[in-house]
Amino acid sequence: MTAMLARDEWKALSDFLALGAAALCVIIGLVLAVAGEDRVIAFHGCVLLAAAALAFLFMLTQIIDGRSPDEGTGYADGVVRAGVIATVFWGLAGFIVGDVIAWQLAYPVFNFDLPWTNFGRLRPVHTSAVIFAFGGNALIATSLYVVQRTCRARLAGKWSPWFVFWGYQLFLVLAATGYVLGVTQSKEYAEPEWYVDIWLTIVWVVYLLVFLGTIAKRREPHIYVANWFYLAFIVTVAMLHIVNNLAVPLSLVGSKSYIIYSGVQDAMTQWWYGHNAVGFFLTAGFLGMMYYFVPKRAERPIYSYRLSVVHFWSLIFIYIWAGPHHLHYTALPDWAQTLGMTFSIILWMPSWGGMINGLMTLSGAWDKLRTDPVIRMLAVAVAFYGMSTFEGPLMSIKSVNALSHYTDWTIGHVHSGALGWVAYITFGALYCLVPWLWHRKALYSQRLVEWHFWISTLGIVLYITSMWVSGILQGLMWRAYDSLGFLEYSFVETVEAMHPFYVIRATGGLLFLIGALLMTYNLWRTVRGDQPVDAAEQPRVAAAPEYRPGEYVAPAE
Amino acid sequence: MSWAKHQIFEKSSIVLLIGILVVVAIGGLIEIAPLFWLSSTIEKVQGMRPYTPLELAGRDIYVREGCYLCHSQMIRSLKDEVERYGHYSLAAESMYDHPFQWGSKRTGPDLARLGGKYSDEWHRAHMVDPRSVVPESVMPGYPFLAERELDYNDIEERLRVNAIVGVPYTEEMIASARADLERQAGADTEALETFLARYPKAQARSFDGDASYVSELDALIAYMQMLGTLVDFATFDAAGPNLR
Repeated sequence: MTAMLARDEWKALSDFLALGAAALCVIIGLVLAVAGEDRVIAFHGCVLLAAAALAFLFMLTQIIDGRSPDEGTGYADGVVRAGVIATVFWGLAGFIVGDVIAWQLAYPVFNFDLPWTNFGRLRPVHTSAVIFAFGGNALIATSLYVVQRTCRARLAGKWSPWFVFWGYQLFLVLAATGYVLGVTQSKEYAEPEWYVDIWLTIVWVVYLLVFLGTIAKRREPHIYVANWFYLAFIVTVAMLHIVNNLAVPLSLVGSKSYIIYSGVQDAMTQWWYGHNAVGFFLTAGFLGMMYYFVPKRAERPIYSYRLSVVHFWSLIFIYIWAGPHHLHYTALPDWAQTLGMTFSIILWMPSWGGMINGLMTLSGAWDKLRTDPVIRMLAVAVAFYGMSTFEGPLMSIKSVNALSHYTDWTIGHVHSGALGWVAYITFGALYCLVPWLWHRKALYSQRLVEWHFWISTLGIVLYITSMWVSGILQGLMWRAYDSLGFLEYSFVETVEAMHPFYVIRATGGLLFLIGALLMTYNLWRTVRGDQPVDAAEQPRVAAAPEYRPGEYVAPAE
Repeated sequence: MSWAKHQIFEKSSIVLLIGILVVVAIGGLIEIAPLFWLSSTIEKVQGMRPYTPLELAGRDIYVREGCYLCHSQMIRSLKDEVERYGHYSLAAESMYDHPFQWGSKRTGPDLARLGGKYSDEWHRAHMVDPRSVVPESVMPGYPFLAERELDYNDIEERLRVNAIVGVPYTEEMIASARADLERQAGADTEALETFLARYPKAQARSFDGDASYVSELDALIAYMQMLGTLVDFATFDAAGPNLR
């Protein structure tokens, strides 16, 4: 029967469902706001109420006026543009909070000893803002862009893509305000409480459906490799998120819950989740980005199809096993630790498969590293990916981990991946996307991209080298014995020794933030439509497709 | 091998989706599922008991403030750690921890065996202004904990939900949770023995030095003073009969 519904009836049905869902959210928000047992959930109820009411009114006016979002024959790029803006906004927020807490570790006076500003509450704001807000928006925006181009199909769904975008922003606001107000599960990278987790699950399932629906209506026979990675990222993150966050709330109108797992099982589940948040959120998703933007910008095809097949399946298979390397020498059974270590070392190979495939795509175009700072950013991102995925297996070896675990070495390792790989591949993609999405002839200034590249690279180098030194130094101090066989240093002596490195790290973070501010300025001038200052120096691919002179063969479009 | 066979995955989004799901499910199933049924995962140890209501409330504050971001509660089986912090942590010692708070970073020291190492007065001064007792510390101050009255209106519910997720709280423990909390915080000295019978080794006193009301600091210090104290390592033998 439903198959026989006419197009107009489908549209009416989808409008009706969207309005109904918004109305339901208004009611839920109202219930939480009125009956909420603690102030945070009441406040979050108000936020949900306001957001859902605005969405309802907006959709209603659009429907009455007979318009639909992004009406047109081409691609649905409005939501991608919104995602690009959100990526930059949350990136700056995450970098600023990150640098603030870096200074807090160097000078504790910056905690101000207030509940809302102390390190313990701001640190999850930083990690969620950079991973889920900056990284997540970058992944959503680029995946929705790439899937349309590589499938030659408009996004599936009328309201759904916009629900994914705004629903995700709502998740971020609920999570971040919750942390600051003391609502957290205190599971690393899975801090949001049960009701925020449920909201994210709904948003994520719609995201999966939009993505799958777009692939299903593709006009290309093959699903392009970038979409394999994006799909693996979306599906696996859903699995990890749901399993790791199973909890029993104290009340359906209260924020506090207790996770169903305890002790060893909770630790294993958490790091199965935690390590694969790295593996699928920060790796697979961004590899999807690499597989579109590197060949696109270099105007070269992917180096090896076979390598992409082999490293895709081996990467997603092996990554899942690596979690226990976060729990070496703990109360986790030895067999699990050994499995985790073994697979972490094996993981080196598929990781480098991805790096080789990305870097070698520049074959025949190596000169562009010199002339195009955007390509350089993308290539350095892939190089940092290679470095981090060598360092990771190294640190997963039990005897190395005995030294590195609990120290800043881990923090440095995370940031060589997060700043060097995740942020750089995102910056590169943003520099590509903004002129393309806003139909500009070029970026406002390529010279500013050069400045961004060098300032933030200096920042990254300061960050990771200082953390290597402080981490190894502290690890060695903890295990140092004097000639009489006593432990040589008290704990606080090792804290004191960290100070200079914490100052260097915070300075490096500041440089990285300054670089991102330059990018924001540059992108803003590009969006505004200002005359580019150095258009002649930019490669033709920098321009939006309609402004590119001549025909050329580019992969995946 | 014919690479053309891979086209099965490239030409159907559902086949690709199922392929991904199968491949990513295997590792987790093999590593996580056995932990729930292999009895050797958590060897039973004498002395473990659920948290008292006050300790649980303190633990919830520990969770709320994100203490785990700088303090581990997991002493690894390495010589220097055992000498610095005490006996390595046993799996059983966190068997009632929802969530686990093993941590991943030691900006501050491990807290798995913090209980009894410092006086209540030291903890009070340290929480209000860490640098008053440890000048080189980089820990934030938590002066607001002493000023805030502990909200324990839902303490029965907290025990009940813990019981749902597997902590062996009895109906009696749940019913007397509120009174037990007040007894332990020194506000009510009646029937202390029945409380101690329910929770052996529990310490009862005004932890923040102000008996006029139960503060968040009372609860947090009560939690910190019991950390790692339940198993008696003077008699514990890792291979001996006190297991099981």
